[in-house]
Amino acid sequence: MLGKLSWSDIPIDVPILVGTFAGAAIAGLAVLGLITYYGKWGYLWKEWFTSVDHKRLGVMYIVLALVALFRGFADAIMMRSQLALAYAGNPGYLPPHHYDQIFSAHGTIMIFFMAMAFMTGLMNVIVPLQIGARDVAFPFLNSLSFWMTTISFVLINISLFIGEFSQCGWLAYPPLSEQQFSPGVGVDYYIWAVQLSGVGTLLTGVNFFTTIVKMRAPGMTFMKMPVFTWTIFCTSVLIMLSFPILTVALGLLGLDRYLGMHFFTNDGGGNQMLYLSVIWGWGHPEVYILVLPAFGAFSEITQTFSRKPLFGYNTMVYATCSIMVLSMVVWLHHFFTMGAGANVNTFFGIMTMIIAIPTGVKIFNWLFTMYKGRVEFHATMYWVIGFMITFTIGGMTGVMLAIPAADFVLHNSLFVIAHFHNVIIGGVYFGYVAAMNFWFPKAFGFKLNEAWGKRAFWLWFVGFYFAFMPLYVLGFEGMTRRMNHYDNPEWYPWLLVAEAGAVMIALGIVCQLTQIYVSIRDRNLAENRDLTGDPWNARTLEWSTSSPPPFYNFAVVPVVHDLDAFAHDKEAGIDTRAAGSTYQPIHMPKNTAAGFFVGMFSLILGFAAVWWIWWLAAVGLIGVIATVIARSSNNDVDYYVPASEVARIENEHTRNLLAAQAAE
Amino acid sequence: MKKKILPRLSSLLCLSSAFLLAGCDWALLDPKGTIGAQEKSLILTSTYAMLLVVIPVIVLTLLFAWQYRHSNTSAEYLPKWSHSNKIEVVIWVVPSLIILFLAVLTYQTCHSLDPYRPLEEEASVKPIHVEVVALDWKWLFIYPDEGIATVNQLAFPVNTPVDFRITSDAVMNSFFIPQLGSQIYAMAGMQTQLHLVANTAGNYLGESANFSGRGFSDMRFRALALSNDDYTAWVQKVKAASEQLDNSNYPKLAAPSEANPVEYFSHAEPGLFDQIVAKYNNGMVMDKSTGKMLHVQSAMSDMNMKE
Repeated sequence: MLGKLSWSDIPIDVPILVGTFAGAAIAGLAVLGLITYYGKWGYLWKEWFTSVDHKRLGVMYIVLALVALFRGFADAIMMRSQLALAYAGNPGYLPPHHYDQIFSAHGTIMIFFMAMAFMTGLMNVIVPLQIGARDVAFPFLNSLSFWMTTISFVLINISLFIGEFSQCGWLAYPPLSEQQFSPGVGVDYYIWAVQLSGVGTLLTGVNFFTTIVKMRAPGMTFMKMPVFTWTIFCTSVLIMLSFPILTVALGLLGLDRYLGMHFFTNDGGGNQMLYLSVIWGWGHPEVYILVLPAFGAFSEITQTFSRKPLFGYNTMVYATCSIMVLSMVVWLHHFFTMGAGANVNTFFGIMTMIIAIPTGVKIFNWLFTMYKGRVEFHATMYWVIGFMITFTIGGMTGVMLAIPAADFVLHNSLFVIAHFHNVIIGGVYFGYVAAMNFWFPKAFGFKLNEAWGKRAFWLWFVGFYFAFMPLYVLGFEGMTRRMNHYDNPEWYPWLLVAEAGAVMIALGIVCQLTQIYVSIRDRNLAENRDLTGDPWNARTLEWSTSSPPPFYNFAVVPVVHDLDAFAHDKEAGIDTRAAGSTYQPIHMPKNTAAGFFVGMFSLILGFAAVWWIWWLAAVGLIGVIATVIARSSNNDVDYYVPASEVARIENEHTRNLLAAQAAE
Repeated sequence: MKKKILPRLSSLLCLSSAFLLAGCDWALLDPKGTIGAQEKSLILTSTYAMLLVVIPVIVLTLLFAWQYRHSNTSAEYLPKWSHSNKIEVVIWVVPSLIILFLAVLTYQTCHSLDPYRPLEEEASVKPIHVEVVALDWKWLFIYPDEGIATVNQLAFPVNTPVDFRITSDAVMNSFFIPQLGSQIYAMAGMQTQLHLVANTAGNYLGESANFSGRGFSDMRFRALALSNDDYTAWVQKVKAASEQLDNSNYPKLAAPSEANPVEYFSHAEPGLFDQIVAKYNNGMVMDKSTGKMLHVQSAMSDMNMKE
C-alpha cells in the first residue's frame, strides 16, 4: 500500500533534522496563519497562484529563488562548519551519511532552484516589457513552468523529513548512483525533482524563444534588441538544446534504477563514461544558461549608471552568440582525467579557452562603457564593479583548468570548487542581485533601500574572498572536494578562514533580507516611490511604462526607431505612452488554475514514484493527463480589455503622476 | 605560540604574493617528480600569461570607475560615444594572442604529459609495474613482477618510472598522488594507464580524487619513494607477510570497509588484475601491449554476472 515507505524512514533520530522540521513547521504555520488571519487566501489564489501574468510569475520565481537560497546556504554553512571541526581525529558533527546528502542537496538546490529560478524570474519580469510585448507567447505554459519548478523544490525538501536525499553529489555519477551502490530513495528524489523541474525549464526556453522571435514591438529588429533580451534569447536556445540531454541522461539512469537496465552499470554492458559525457553535454551549456543573463543585466546597468550607451553593442551581440555556440562543444573538459587521448583533450581544452576571448571582450566593453561616462555609485553599480574584478579572476582560473595537463592535478580538488563559486557567485549571483536592485522599482513601484544594499554588497564581496580564496590554496595543497574529515595540519587554518568567510556571507544575506524589509516599510516615502516609471533615467522600453506596469504592460504598443528605444524617444520628445490617444481594446489571456493542478498532480506522481507507491503514482499521472485534456478543450481562455477600461487606468495614472509632481 | 604563528604568516605571504614566489610548500607547488614539476611550471606559465590581461582589467576597472565618477565634473564626458574601431581591434586581438599562446602550450603539454605516454626521459631505467584496483574504500596495489600485493601502501624506487594500470572493482575513483603529478580515473571493467616518477625519496599522500561514497574521506594511501636498497628491503618485508591474496579471499578484501589499515600479501594470484577487469566484460580483457582482446579464465567471472 505504501510501497517502500515505512515509519523507519522518518529520521526522528537525527536532532538536526528534527530541529529543522520543527522550525519549518512553526514558520510554515505562522505564514499560513497570517494569510488566514488577514483573509488573503482568495487574493493569493486569484491574483497570484492562478495568474498567467509574466510579471507576477517572475516575482513568484524570485521569491522561490530566495527561499532556495536560504536552504542552499544553510547547507553550505553546515559543510563549512563540519570542515572547520572535523580535523585530526574529530569526526565533526555530520557523519558521512548526512554530510554527503548535504553537499548533494547544496549543489542541486543552488543550481536548479536558486540560480535557475532567479534567472527565470528576471527574464519573466523584464523581457516582455523590454521588447514592448503584452505578455509572453504562451502565458499558460509560463504558469505551468513555474509550478513544475516549485513542486520540484517542494519534493527535494520533503526528502529532508521523509527518507533521505541523494549522497552522490549534485550530478549523481554512476555507478555510485546505481541501485547496487545507492539502494536508498535518495537518488530517486534527485532524479524526480530534477526531471520535473526540467519540464518547467524546457517550456520556459520554448516560451521565451518564441516570445522574442515573434512578439517584439514594431521596428525592433534583432540588432535593435536590448542586450539583456539578446542574452535571454541565447539562453533560451541553450535551454532548448541542452535540457533534453539532461532529461535523457536522468531518464536512462532512472531506467537502470527502476527497471534493472544496464545503461551505466559496471556490468551487463553498462558504461559509466557515457553518463559523464551525456550529463556534461547538458552541464556545461547550463553554466552559460546561467551566466549569459547576468552579462545582459550588467550591460543594461552599466550603460544606465554610466549615463552613456553601451560601448560596442554589435560586439556584445556577437560575443554573446559565439559564447552560445562554443558552450556546446566544450563538455569534455569536465573529465580530462578519464583517459581520452591527447588529441581529444587538446581539442576540448582549446575550445574551452577560446570562450575566454568573447568573455574578455565583454569585460572590456563594460570598461569602456564607464570610460568618459558619468558613473553613479548606486548600490547596483557596486555589484557590477565587484563582479568585474571577481569574475576576471574566476575566468583566469577557469582557463587554467581548461589546460588538460594542468587539470590533471587540479581536477576534483578544492581549486575547482573555488573556481566555479568564483564565477557563479562573482558572475551569476552578483549579476542577479544587481538586476534585482535595478528592476525592483519596475516590478513594485518603489526602490530598494540603498544603504542596506551596499552593506549586503560589502559583506558578500569580502565574504566571498574569505570563503573561496582559501579553497584555491587548499586545491594547491592537494585537498580533494567532498571530504568529510581530514588530518592534514596544513589544511586546517585555511578551512577556518573559509568558515569565517561563510559567516560574512551569512551576514550579507541578513542585510539583503533587511534591505527588502526596510524598503517595504518605507515604500510610501516620496524619495522611494517610482511614479514616473523611469527612476534611473534608463534607456530601454520597460522604463517607458508605469511602475508597476498595468497588467497589459503598454496601453499603446510602442514603435521602435532605434537601439535603446526609450532613450531615443526621450531625446526626440516622443511621448511613448501616447497619452490621450484613442485606445484600442486589448487582447489578454485569462487566469487559469490548470498550471497549479498539473504541478500538484506531478508532485504526487514524483513522490509516489520515489517510494514505489504505484497506485498513487497512477493517480498523479492520470490527474496530470486529465488536467491537460481539460485545459486543452477549454476555449474560454482569453478576453478583451475594453478601450474604456484602458483609458480609465491610463488617465488615473496620469492624474496620480500630476498630483505627485504638484505635491513636490 | 609564536612558532605556530610564523608558518601561518609565511603561508599568508605565499597567498598574498600569489604565484610569484611559487616556492611555498603547497603540494602542487612542491612537486617531487618530473611530471609534477612540469605541471607546476605549466600552471605558473599560464598564470603569468593571463595576468598580463587580468591585472590591467582589474586596475582599469577601479581607475575608470573612480576617474569617471559622477561627482568628478572635470573629467571628460562623451554621452554619445559608444564605438571605436581601434579599441575594438585591441580588445579582440590581445586576448586572442594570449589564448593562441596558451593553445600552443596546451597542444604541447597534452602530448608531452599524456598520462598514457611512457616516460622517455627515464628510458634507461626499467620501469616498475603496479596494478591498481580501487575498492570500497581502499586501494589495492598488485606488483605483477614481484608477485606481491599491498593495501593502502604503495612503494617504488626513486628515479624509476612507475607504470600503473588502474581499474576499479567498485565505483569510479580517481588515483592521485598530488606531489607526483597527474591523476587518472579508476573505472570498473576498464583499465586506465598512468606513468609517474619520483625524483626525491619521501613519503607522499595518495588519495582518491573522485567521490566514491561513505568511506571516501579515509580512502587514502601513502606512496613511499624509496632508495633502491630500501625498496628491495620493502619487497622482502611484504614477501615475509603471512597473508596471501587469491581468488578465494579476494571477495573478503573487496567487501566494503572504511579506514582500512595497511595490509601486505606475500603472494598475489597471477592474473588477478585481468580477472577483475574481465569479470565485467564477459571474461574479456584488452592486452594493452598488443591491443588485442583476450579471454581470461577466471573463477570470478561467474560471481559477477548475478547483479
